[in-house]
Amino acid sequence: MKFTLKIWRQSGPEKSGHFETYEAHDIQAEMSFLEMLDVLNEQITISGGQPVNFDSDCREGICGMCSLVVNGIPHGGQKGTTVCQLHMRSFADGQTITIEPWRAKAFPVLKDLVVDRSAFDRIIQSGGYISVNTGGAPDANALPISKDQAEMAFDAAACIGCGACVAACKNSSAMLFAGAKVTHLNTLPQGHPEKYSRAVSIVVSMDKEGFGACTVTGACAAVCPKEIPLDVISKLNRDYAVGILKGVSA
Amino acid sequence: MLDSKIPSGPLAQKWDKHRFDLKLVNPANKRKFKVIVVGSGLAGASAAATLSELGYKVQCFCYQDSPRRAHSIAAQGGINAAKNYQNDGDSVRRLFYDTIKGGDFRAREANVYRLAQVSTNIIDQCVAQGVPFAREYGGHLANRSFGGAQVSRTFYARGQTGQQLLLGAYQALSKQIAKGAVQMFSRTEMLELVLVNGHAKGIIVRDLTSGKISRHSADAVVLATGGYGNAFYLSTNAVGCNVTATYRAFKKGALFANPCYTQIHPTCIPVNGDHQSKLTLMSESLRNDGRVWVPIKAGDHRPASQIPEGERDYFLERKYPSFGNLAPRDISSRAAKEVCDEGRGVGPGGLGVYLDFSDAIRRDGEDAIRARYGNLFQMYEKIAGENAYQTPMRIYPAVHYTMGGLWVDYNLMSNIPGLFVIGEANFSDHGANRLGASALMQGLADGYFVLPYTIGNYFATTAKSCPAESSQEFSQAEIQVNERLRKLISINGSRTVRSFHREVGQLIWDKCGMARSKAGLEDALRRIPAIRAEFWENVKVTGEPEGINKTLEHAGRVADFLEFGELMCLDALERDESCGGHFRTEHQTPDGEAKRNDDQFSHVSAWGFSGNLAKPNLEKEPLIYEEVTMSQRSYK
Repeated sequence: MKFTLKIWRQSGPEKSGHFETYEAHDIQAEMSFLEMLDVLNEQITISGGQPVNFDSDCREGICGMCSLVVNGIPHGGQKGTTVCQLHMRSFADGQTITIEPWRAKAFPVLKDLVVDRSAFDRIIQSGGYISVNTGGAPDANALPISKDQAEMAFDAAACIGCGACVAACKNSSAMLFAGAKVTHLNTLPQGHPEKYSRAVSIVVSMDKEGFGACTVTGACAAVCPKEIPLDVISKLNRDYAVGILKGVSA
Repeated sequence: MLDSKIPSGPLAQKWDKHRFDLKLVNPANKRKFKVIVVGSGLAGASAAATLSELGYKVQCFCYQDSPRRAHSIAAQGGINAAKNYQNDGDSVRRLFYDTIKGGDFRAREANVYRLAQVSTNIIDQCVAQGVPFAREYGGHLANRSFGGAQVSRTFYARGQTGQQLLLGAYQALSKQIAKGAVQMFSRTEMLELVLVNGHAKGIIVRDLTSGKISRHSADAVVLATGGYGNAFYLSTNAVGCNVTATYRAFKKGALFANPCYTQIHPTCIPVNGDHQSKLTLMSESLRNDGRVWVPIKAGDHRPASQIPEGERDYFLERKYPSFGNLAPRDISSRAAKEVCDEGRGVGPGGLGVYLDFSDAIRRDGEDAIRARYGNLFQMYEKIAGENAYQTPMRIYPAVHYTMGGLWVDYNLMSNIPGLFVIGEANFSDHGANRLGASALMQGLADGYFVLPYTIGNYFATTAKSCPAESSQEFSQAEIQVNERLRKLISINGSRTVRSFHREVGQLIWDKCGMARSKAGLEDALRRIPAIRAEFWENVKVTGEPEGINKTLEHAGRVADFLEFGELMCLDALERDESCGGHFRTEHQTPDGEAKRNDDQFSHVSAWGFSGNLAKPNLEKEPLIYEEVTMSQRSYK
């Protein structure tokens, strides 16, 4: 197969970027999207050019490192998959493919397709944990948790922190990411003592990082590779509202 | 002579006694000690969080853009713990024994016993952190039997146990970062270890965003940098996983133990071409219902559906009538390799065997199979593009875990004072073969419950010293790092970094993979230096040392694999026996099973850098079993 690739190139955070066009030849249908980029980079390197920088690590859809907007859709539009799980057989031979980085004020581009997502780490640091130190935990079965609750917490905890939700949102809101963490921890009894302060702190942190407000268009859930349900946003809103009414501060 | 510092006394009381004997650091003094933790996976994140909770000043480093992405996240199956919640006869002693036996009697008894002891605390800790383990309707934790264990001791969170445990540790780490107790350096790679007066006192790192080289000094250094599976190029590891941190430590004098012990997992999706970047594992549970077969005739390229029953060889059922398709990982992997070597492999390139569910579907119905394995069939379809309800899956073994690692004593300290090694990066607990669901257990045991005790003893018994970063040792190390980076870029040859990685990886896989022989290993030992020489003359690394340069990062890692691969082959050659994942074709039972030589090889092989790659010094730690009797594994 062969493809025409229009790829975003940007030499540094403060530099202006542009699209460059590449012809990718000898691409096999079995290759993953990132393997196709590996091949392109080999070709660029041999011909004396600068390879395209992009992030990836596990290449099996769980680490959340890969982060490409393919033809306008974060992770390329195949349901429930990251871009490393997308294969070239999903494209038509000879097709033109546009590849861009996540675009959001809170995720500045570092180089080419690599963005800085440390804002997500700071959101977690603001309250996305249960304040328990190592040692002295009670026996794991001392606190029964219903299967339904555990499953609900898991559905939210499956978030891989890739940031596709932010990239897809017209407001660059991080509500699906934040809602997933709040739903995971606030659904479980272990998370209850800090339930309201967690919700308030996380919302304050999101604003501080420059993520936009949520208008519930659902674009986030549509591209989420782990199919985190939109309900997590309602849960976050509810706990935040109750927290504010109770006068909880961040 | 290596001193493993195993405490005296009965096995079951060693850890208790040792914890009492360890010298303590006064709580008010802990803040005066700085600890560097390299790596943020299960071992690194849990250690960094716990050490800072105790009061130590911690700096933690990872090469990914966030500590949450370390490759522990990809572990699927579960985590073992001797809770005996199922009342099925499990105990600390049984978990200990299963681990020692599974490791083919090549692990250190006292460490393994301690691992089994603290396993129960891990589950308590993780639940308190909010890890959403699977539960029964009554609200209690669910367990399953895993990897052929005869008790149900594995805790799990769907097929994403590693992810959930890592997020627990990451959140604990985040809590400490928010307090200012841990300083986190993401997108930062350790490139050198710094010794001052023979003690590990710091590291040189490269900021992968700016390219800036910087020095970090500390009272102690902890390496939690994972395994070296990517020496094979293709493995189930993340593409960034590397041996650099542990190999740099080796070149500074740390002993590397049992580098030839690597684990091959039987149920991975086969390689599909020259351009594949990694292999994907599918849960071993598939073998509960799938039947493994290949055509009887070599070179039979008919589609599976056109090969009649009588012309199929269900080789695992044939060779291991009682275990059948559930034979252990190393044995099933080797059997698959044998049939492919005979030309009977299936799929492109002939490197694959069928895993056929048609009997199970006929017996239980497609819906039942979908309920059990739906997500795995989906994953297979995404990658292989085939519907496994209609045609058999194709599977092939792939490198999955490395049991070898830096040598450590009972305190998890290497032979370099002040250098601690935890998780997959050390060697101590899995012997020559790791049991399923034990990697997560070991990473968290080391980080939460072992290192935080033992590191204090080092501080309490040695003179306090956190040297200035301006000292000569740091300057020299930094100069070497800079020179190496500049050298890599200046070569400007005609071959890509990836082509060298692929070439040396393929060679190591062929000669030091599932089956090894004297002739093959000697051949590899001749050829690796040639590939390495060509690398340093002909590699092409574009760009600058400043700023993001993914090619330069990869080049540095491959340069270390090109040296480390030789050490693996040398260790495999020297270990003239078969044990666990190390299968020397010269040493097998008449039925083709691994044949140990306990008289000569019941020891840990710990290699020390001598300045000459071809001839590192070999030191041996004898393995003395006080409480178990060594036996031959049999799965007939």
